[in-house]
Amino acid sequence: MNKLMTSSALLALCTTTALAEEVRVYNWSDYIDEALLEKFESETGIDLIYDVFDSNEVLETKMLAGGSGYDVVVPSGTFLQRQIAAGAFQKLDASKLPNLSNMWETVETRTAQYDPDNAYSINYMWGTTGIGANVNKVQELLGADAPIGSLNLLFDPASMEKLSECGVHFLDAPSEMIPAALKYIGEDPDSHDPDVIAKAEPVLAAIRPYVQKFHSSEYINALANGDICVAFGWSGDILQARDRAAEADNGVEIVYNAPSEGALMWFDQMAIPVDAPNPEAAHVFLNFIMDAQNMADASNYVYYANGNEASQPMLAEDVIGDPAIYPDEATLANLYTTTPYPAKVQRTVTRLWTKIKSGT
Amino acid sequence: MQRFALIAVPYVWLLALFLVPFIIVFKISLSDIALSIPPYTPTLEDGFGPFFAALDFENFAFLASDDLYWRAYASSLRIAAISTFLTLLVGYPIAYAMARAPEEWRPTLMMLVILPFWTSFLIRVYAWMGILSQEGFLNQFLLWTGIISDPLMILNTNTAVYIGIIYTYVPFMILPIFSALDRLDGSLIEAAEDLGCSRLQAFWLVTIPLSKNGIIAGSFLVFIPALGEFVIPSLLGGSGTLMIGKVLWEEFFNNRDWPVASAVAVILLLILIIPIILFQRNQQRQAEEEA
Repeated sequence: MNKLMTSSALLALCTTTALAEEVRVYNWSDYIDEALLEKFESETGIDLIYDVFDSNEVLETKMLAGGSGYDVVVPSGTFLQRQIAAGAFQKLDASKLPNLSNMWETVETRTAQYDPDNAYSINYMWGTTGIGANVNKVQELLGADAPIGSLNLLFDPASMEKLSECGVHFLDAPSEMIPAALKYIGEDPDSHDPDVIAKAEPVLAAIRPYVQKFHSSEYINALANGDICVAFGWSGDILQARDRAAEADNGVEIVYNAPSEGALMWFDQMAIPVDAPNPEAAHVFLNFIMDAQNMADASNYVYYANGNEASQPMLAEDVIGDPAIYPDEATLANLYTTTPYPAKVQRTVTRLWTKIKSGT
Repeated sequence: MQRFALIAVPYVWLLALFLVPFIIVFKISLSDIALSIPPYTPTLEDGFGPFFAALDFENFAFLASDDLYWRAYASSLRIAAISTFLTLLVGYPIAYAMARAPEEWRPTLMMLVILPFWTSFLIRVYAWMGILSQEGFLNQFLLWTGIISDPLMILNTNTAVYIGIIYTYVPFMILPIFSALDRLDGSLIEAAEDLGCSRLQAFWLVTIPLSKNGIIAGSFLVFIPALGEFVIPSLLGGSGTLMIGKVLWEEFFNNRDWPVASAVAVILLLILIIPIILFQRNQQRQAEEEA
């Protein structure tokens, strides 16, 4: 009897270890409501290991090295396209993703330009790259008519010189900053011609001395604390800074604007690496994320629009009703997208970026 | 036979942990960037003939044609040399004080020098960020004492990089100098003073020359790792801090250009080999002198 009990206990132990599955997710920093992570674990019984990054380039290095050990990663559209071409992802199994029916066709047609038929990825969230400004400080330095919604604020050396007093951060993301500089001088932001790309250099070099830092995640806190007064960053991150400042009640008032000259629109896509250790659990995670309520919770928390139509009734009014998050037709017409650079052009772009950042 | 086995151990070690990785890196530096896994071509899957035919020195030519890399190497050499000198200025008095301290204190003092190593290097560098930032402890303290009226901008400058390197590597300077000074025969200094030297002269003419080997060993131990330092300049330095370790990281992670990153690493290694050989010679000579 005793023996039987021991062996059944052992058996139970073995089965639980076998069942204790885990899924490893690599997502952008400040990009989810952490309560959702706990909900996933308690609903599915799968252990979730959640790591974060703040640069598409770093993610791509890991993907192309292979053996990253992640089951779900979240590259942006252009990077996804490159990595699909490199064979880094596996096709999704639609039969394991019943919640695919929740997705929003308007977004799906746009993401299909990076991932034809959306065969490898689902949209997580999307947004624009624009200007976060601490209104009071900017107006103090530039006057009441400061162009807080225009690229002039960021690329006019005279205005930047004044703003450098209170601190300006730019994203450390050449694939977004260079198109913006090209847009400012009226060139095609999606140009792949090295001669056109080279025209961005003097524009960025002229304002380089006034940029305190090129960084892709520090600006959320820096804006909210009032350490800096302008950030060229991602829409939802800046809106999170706005909220953190409001919660802290520190007198800092942050406003986000997509540049009136045109703003980059990007899509962050969830995909499963070709060598994912547990693709089965990865599908469970994707399906969980595509649940209308879960996706609404995530968007309500991080202030980014999502690609999930069924989630829209559950979105808070200050999310679905905010044209900075869900742009109206007029703003939408003013947004542009980019396509990935070919390898040798990529070298020109990154070299130009290194040159600008190091000031050499 | 036994003797052969004894010699073989270090050689196998070197072969496995130095030569093989170096050959792999060198091979990648001769390859071309590609959009694939891994992100370069050719790989051995292409077969031996085409594999060797596809290798070339294009990446090294690219490095030579772009002055960013030369400036980064030169700037790293300068930062490493200056911080080695500053580390010597800080480390020598500490080592000297330790060697002159009463015998029973020495193990405790030695412990104090080594103790910081028990904490993660990364955490200690982060602590410096907290000390040096605009709102940091140092600025708060100086503002409180009234020495300065505006906070000093130290973090994100080269000054912070020097502070970080000196702090991190000073034990490597102290230990060899201490061991040289520890062995110093005190009667030599007494003799110098008896023969008319002032204390300062005796220090300059007797103590320093006799601790020369410790100084040289310590300087190499600081200079060599400081040259390729990455963590300190990227956390404490600003975007104006140009060091080859940082350039290497950017080539690899931002540019995703493994072949060029490998070429940078190969050249860095070649530059490092010179001080390493000099260090080895110095150690050998010292050993012979003692024997």
